[in-house]
Amino acid sequence: MSAPNPKVDFDIAVVGSGPAGLAAAALAASKGASVVLLDEQAEPGGQIYRAVTETPVRDRKVLGPDYWHGAELLGPLRDSGAVHWPGTTVWSVARPREDAPDGHRPLQIGLSRNGAAAMLTVRHVILATGALERPFPIPGWTLPGVLGAGAAQVLLKTSGLVPAGATVMAGSGPLLWLLAWQYLQAGARIDAILDTTPKENWRAALPLLPGFLRSPYLGKGMKLMLDVRRKLTVIGNVTALRAEGDGALKSVVYTRNGTEHRLPADTLLLHQGVVPNLNLANATGCAQRWDGQQRCWRPTTDAWGATSVEGVSLAGDGAGIGGARAAEEAGRLAALDALHRLGRIGREQRDQAAAPFRAALDRALTGRAFLDTLYTPAEAFRVPADDTIVCRCEEITAGAVREAVRLGCSGPNQAKSFLRCGMGPCQGRLCGPTVTEVIAAERGVSPAEVGYYRLRPPVKPITLAELAALPKTDADIDAVFKH
Amino acid sequence: MTATVSFRPDVIVIGGGLHGCSAALHLSMRGVRVLVLEKDHVARHASGVNAGGVRQLGRHVAEVPLSVASMALWHRIGDLVDDDCGFESHGQIKVAESEAELETVRARVAELNALGFTHEEVVGQDELRALVPAIADHCVGALVSRGDGAAIPFRTTFAFRRKAIALGARFQEGGTVTRLARKNSLWSVETADGNRFEAPVVVNAAGAWADRIAAQVGEPVPLEVIAPMLMITARVAPFIKPVVGATGRTLSFKQFPNGTVLIGGGLLGRAVRDENRTELDFSQVSVNARTVWDLFPCMRGATIVRSWAGIEARMPDQIPVIGPSGTEPDLYHSFGFSAHGFQLGPIVGRITADLITGGSTDLPIAPFSIGRFAA
Amino acid sequence: MFRRLPEIETAANAAAQAISFTIDGRPASARAGDSVAAALLANGITACRNTPVSGAARGPYCMMGVCFDCLVTIDGTGNRQGCQVRVAPGMAVETQNGKREVER
Repeated sequence: MSAPNPKVDFDIAVVGSGPAGLAAAALAASKGASVVLLDEQAEPGGQIYRAVTETPVRDRKVLGPDYWHGAELLGPLRDSGAVHWPGTTVWSVARPREDAPDGHRPLQIGLSRNGAAAMLTVRHVILATGALERPFPIPGWTLPGVLGAGAAQVLLKTSGLVPAGATVMAGSGPLLWLLAWQYLQAGARIDAILDTTPKENWRAALPLLPGFLRSPYLGKGMKLMLDVRRKLTVIGNVTALRAEGDGALKSVVYTRNGTEHRLPADTLLLHQGVVPNLNLANATGCAQRWDGQQRCWRPTTDAWGATSVEGVSLAGDGAGIGGARAAEEAGRLAALDALHRLGRIGREQRDQAAAPFRAALDRALTGRAFLDTLYTPAEAFRVPADDTIVCRCEEITAGAVREAVRLGCSGPNQAKSFLRCGMGPCQGRLCGPTVTEVIAAERGVSPAEVGYYRLRPPVKPITLAELAALPKTDADIDAVFKH
Repeated sequence: MTATVSFRPDVIVIGGGLHGCSAALHLSMRGVRVLVLEKDHVARHASGVNAGGVRQLGRHVAEVPLSVASMALWHRIGDLVDDDCGFESHGQIKVAESEAELETVRARVAELNALGFTHEEVVGQDELRALVPAIADHCVGALVSRGDGAAIPFRTTFAFRRKAIALGARFQEGGTVTRLARKNSLWSVETADGNRFEAPVVVNAAGAWADRIAAQVGEPVPLEVIAPMLMITARVAPFIKPVVGATGRTLSFKQFPNGTVLIGGGLLGRAVRDENRTELDFSQVSVNARTVWDLFPCMRGATIVRSWAGIEARMPDQIPVIGPSGTEPDLYHSFGFSAHGFQLGPIVGRITADLITGGSTDLPIAPFSIGRFAA
Repeated sequence: MFRRLPEIETAANAAAQAISFTIDGRPASARAGDSVAAALLANGITACRNTPVSGAARGPYCMMGVCFDCLVTIDGTGNRQGCQVRVAPGMAVETQNGKREVER
């Protein structure tokens, strides 16, 4: 495929080829819209279906049926006529220009591909940027040998790699149990699972259990967890964790019932749920809100995924965590709404076509409240002690953030300007939720009140050479405000 | 508000940028009770996100006396605010890329010398190489101001705020001033969050919003809202000490002690001031990147991790408004610094304090009178 | 420490899938489809750089392009995300141990 031509015009650009993006692109293109699917990875699938087309793990019982479902999304994409640009990093989506001459407001997408940057002009953007693992700031979480459980799962899916040597998994949430189960199927060694799910969460979640048990998808997770508990050493009620080692992980220290224990470990896999990967939406100017139940920021969307920025929709976990099946349906709904906004289908047609997807979405979300409540991470793991690094890039501790609050920094953006937390290349992805909660706790106010980082493009680093060689487009916004 | 109920300020400063904070500090140092009203939070806009250049180099001649006086304060900034503000003085350099540009900078130095200022000098190719080994081969010389440098903007503004507070100033953040009126020698200032404050004197240091304050007292000004863009790289090994600009194109280029390189110079994005928002124009960012590509070949493989823009006020003649209101007594302006006000922060706060407490200042501020825009 | 699942290691096509590259000049082997970060882990290398802030050792953490801890030099270009680049035959991967360390 040739390099993207900046003059190419698409009706719709879909960013991200996980379940939401795949479903959105396939549906929109099948209805005649010109669609480009942009994705950073070399193969479609997102993280949940990562490497589904080429994983070396061919024994289907290892990764399980939910994973292989992802392969079913690829046929419709192929048949739809959507253009797929893998290996493409989107680093900017510019808001509509208020005074575009011809009345409609195109969007400009800054992207990098094969080492070259370009601007792409489209009429509608569907962001399907998915989720990332919630930061799990414990002392020593920056040591080599400590990885996210999601990261370990990527290694399994893409390369058939499993931990060797002493391996500890720690945290809470469905993905932790799923990975442990997959390791069991694969015959990988797990020395212990340290379960940090707070005891009181079970009490709070219990009333929501019936809804969970009605869920056609989520109920399977319970069976899987019980399976893991039967076969592996699971240590519950863990209230504190730290990783120790000099230049590399050597041991994991955990507290249970007030007593500290130490496990030798070569690998520690951490997980405490996932949060929306909202950097691109945030940098695009999409309004976001604090979700108290999921304890994370999520971009504000309507029932179709439309954001506060005209022409920009969100679908899937990037708009709030709902899981892969929900993401798929949300992608279809966003596609229908985009088609409607582009004048390709009428409102009634949109609503009619949406009915089955909406029903499926509701089904997929059944039981979500139970999971959210049960797996809300303990405060100690969201609002760490002073000596814990919260910003991995700039190596800023929770204590430094608290000190900045005492000096008068009232929110993440002041802390960022003052301390540089969130200023590194990850742009706050690994510290943003923590910094918000640390400041909120220190000030005694809600996270909603302290806010979140204002993120700016490029949301992924690009080289100066790429930027210097950026082709100038006719949609140059110079004319609007050049001085 | 509980914080201010028993506090009767002598002066209300509108705007918690560097200029507002500096005025608050200098007034507080003289025992004046100050209340700063900031619509967002201190250093939210231009003062917190500018390039941090502390520059006498290349200034409008009217600003030179103020800039020279401010430079003296910068070199002892720790004495003033109990924080070094990250200020480092390794000079500022304006590169000439051709003989013609070198002629331009020679004329500039001659003009300054005639006025009695000697802080700028012309250097040839060899000295330029010695000062900036990484500079591209085609550069023939430069204009240099050796006493110049750079500081960290947010930290600086925050330090002024903290020192002002330590000396008794109060800050009220999060309320936009909606109404300003004077009655019986007392200003009444109302904010959008429903508060009303009173004081005998008001300072308008509202930056890109200062025209709205001025308009309330019947002196509209042709203030333009601009959004100069900046970008920053990931850390690279230290290779340059001075701040570098160019004679023939827009550039401000400097490396922080932590290794990151800041690239800017005034190419503009778009400001949406009613939404506190800026939009970047990547075609212009690209122009900026191209300049760096040309002048610093070693930077071609550097990664850009972030870009942004701040909201600033620019006046048509590119110099600020400083001094008393032309329509109302006991109102003083300090705004419109036209994207180069950071270095002037320390001195203009002192000038404003001079005007309020003594009725005059020893620095020549006539060129900055708001009267120049009177119909 | 990570190891390849035996079903993959012993598969008939294992040799066909093998890719030779170098890590800090030493020959190493990976499997087609591996990212550079996965290839490092498969070769027993968990730390791929020292941070420019404190000099602390870091290794791959997220494997999905968001944490920037797996930065390495690839074919002479520094600060590349090892988890986002596929290993290729003959590729020269260098760990960034101290190379980009600067004063602070």
